[in-house]
Amino acid sequence: MTASDATVAVTLGSGPRFEPRLARRKASASVFLVACLVAIGLLMLALGLLLYEVITKGLPYLDLDFLTAFPSRRAERAGVLPALVGSLEIGLIVGAVSVPLGVGAAVYLEEYAKNTFFNRALRTNISNLAGVPSIIYGIFGLALFVRVLGLGRSPLAAGLALALLIMPIVIIATMEALRAVPDSQREAAYALGTTRWQAVRRAVLPAAAPGIMTGIILAMARAIGEAAPLVVIGAASFVTFLPTPTQPGFTVLPIQVFNWASRPQDEFQGIAAAAIIVLLVLMLLLNGLAIVVRARLSRHLQW
Amino acid sequence: MTASNATTATSRSRALTVPRPRSERVIELLLVAAAGVGVLTTVGIVIVLLLEAAQFFALVSPIDFLTGTVWSASILPFRFGIIPLVTSTLEVALLGLVVAVPLGLLAAIYLAEYASLRTRNIVKPILEILAGVPTIVLGFFALNFITPQILKPALPSIGTFNMLSAGIVVGLLITPLIASLSEDALRAVPRGLREGAFAMAATRFEVTRRVIVPAALSGIMASVILAMSRAVGETMAVVLAMSFNPKLTVNPLEQGGTMAAFIAQITSGDTPQDSIQFKSLFAVALVLFAITLGLNLISNRIVARFRNRYA
Repeated sequence: MTASDATVAVTLGSGPRFEPRLARRKASASVFLVACLVAIGLLMLALGLLLYEVITKGLPYLDLDFLTAFPSRRAERAGVLPALVGSLEIGLIVGAVSVPLGVGAAVYLEEYAKNTFFNRALRTNISNLAGVPSIIYGIFGLALFVRVLGLGRSPLAAGLALALLIMPIVIIATMEALRAVPDSQREAAYALGTTRWQAVRRAVLPAAAPGIMTGIILAMARAIGEAAPLVVIGAASFVTFLPTPTQPGFTVLPIQVFNWASRPQDEFQGIAAAAIIVLLVLMLLLNGLAIVVRARLSRHLQW
Repeated sequence: MTASNATTATSRSRALTVPRPRSERVIELLLVAAAGVGVLTTVGIVIVLLLEAAQFFALVSPIDFLTGTVWSASILPFRFGIIPLVTSTLEVALLGLVVAVPLGLLAAIYLAEYASLRTRNIVKPILEILAGVPTIVLGFFALNFITPQILKPALPSIGTFNMLSAGIVVGLLITPLIASLSEDALRAVPRGLREGAFAMAATRFEVTRRVIVPAALSGIMASVILAMSRAVGETMAVVLAMSFNPKLTVNPLEQGGTMAAFIAQITSGDTPQDSIQFKSLFAVALVLFAITLGLNLISNRIVARFRNRYA
């Protein structure tokens, strides 16, 4: 009894034994914080080196001719015009297909679907689709759009495959935006005697629009940077004409980068870097658009 | 009386809305159809892979395919043993995780536990930009910078195309995924646990290490598995960094051949579509699909269990 009392007194009272422990504890804490900062520093460094490498290699080849010329066997004459047009054309197809389908599916799942087995299966299916590798979408597109539907190796077939690829991303982003709209908005609409669709159309969708638009634009950026499914669909390596949506034969910026970067010569690595700069600027413009749209649409929103 | 009771019970959720005209039914049907496209896509993918792979398995026995250790689709005698492709794929994915798990996890812990709003506004966009970089650009970076400028001086025996550089860039591209999902998991740990630990005079590092990270461990695991699934299916970064040359080797300084890289190689060349090589890509794709689906299902299951614990 007395012995244990003594022990307690010693542990509590012995300041000299307690202080160095605290110093050590604080030291390991700062070592950890340094590790965190090093990790973040490394990520910044990697991103910085990546941009530096692309810009120093590509900038010498980047001029107006590069944007308006067709690919060539000679690197200094080559340009990205067909790839740029192809990317924009396919981007439009992807948007026209994936936006109505994705937003529609999300509205159903968030605003209409009751908690039934069928609807839970729909949700699980969406999250699984988001995890399917992009190259598998290419194989599906090759089988369904190119062969069965007979679209050939056309921008339309490529656009449809990419639309399916980004649909889960659009759905998930839209569902999150719809979930963030407070129920009071729906109830206020119902109180005015609206039907369910009128409430969705006039109250919920406008309130969720900034989030939905941001999700759509980020998904579009993903589609524009994607190359793997288009390799499978059969984007051509050497396109010397401007692609038309339903005719076979097209290329896009990432594919053009792939073809040039696959050649060992320094000049082709250089024009690959220049094409990367064009691609990154295109994506930067899209992201800028996302910020502007978000700001404009959310101007009148307050709750 | 009983009848009207039954109606109110079943349609309680619609009690607030007025009776719906026929056009509303049409709209609802259209919305269901949109959601159904997702199901059709899944079913379509599975059917395409199974039907086309069946044609290949009529020529090569599935057992030889799954247990064979030699892959030679372009040089006679043709051999279709998928083991070298699977080992290369897993090796690149594991190398990627070796890079991405520490980087992503430390970034996530920093963002969730340490960062002020100001540093957060710097770090978060960097991760988002990294997540948005097209994977072909990372492949270009591996081929033009990581291999010649960083790896070659340190490891002179390394080839122009090698698994190590592929693993590093795959790691860079999955780091943002691990960081953002792990950060969500860390933030989901209830405040009470954190405050309880601080009340016991623990330092911030001790709270993080002994309380927060263990509590969020399942969410962190789920993010790592999902990232692994991304790494296994990654194509363009890997194709540029290590090209495709299937060998049964674990030496990261050598070339290898992943499953996705094989699919890209066959489809980007002039291989006739009725050849056995072209048919083999569907069997490879089926295996790839099965592996990624399995990883995604495991990840989802862990997340679902995690959600129940603190709900």
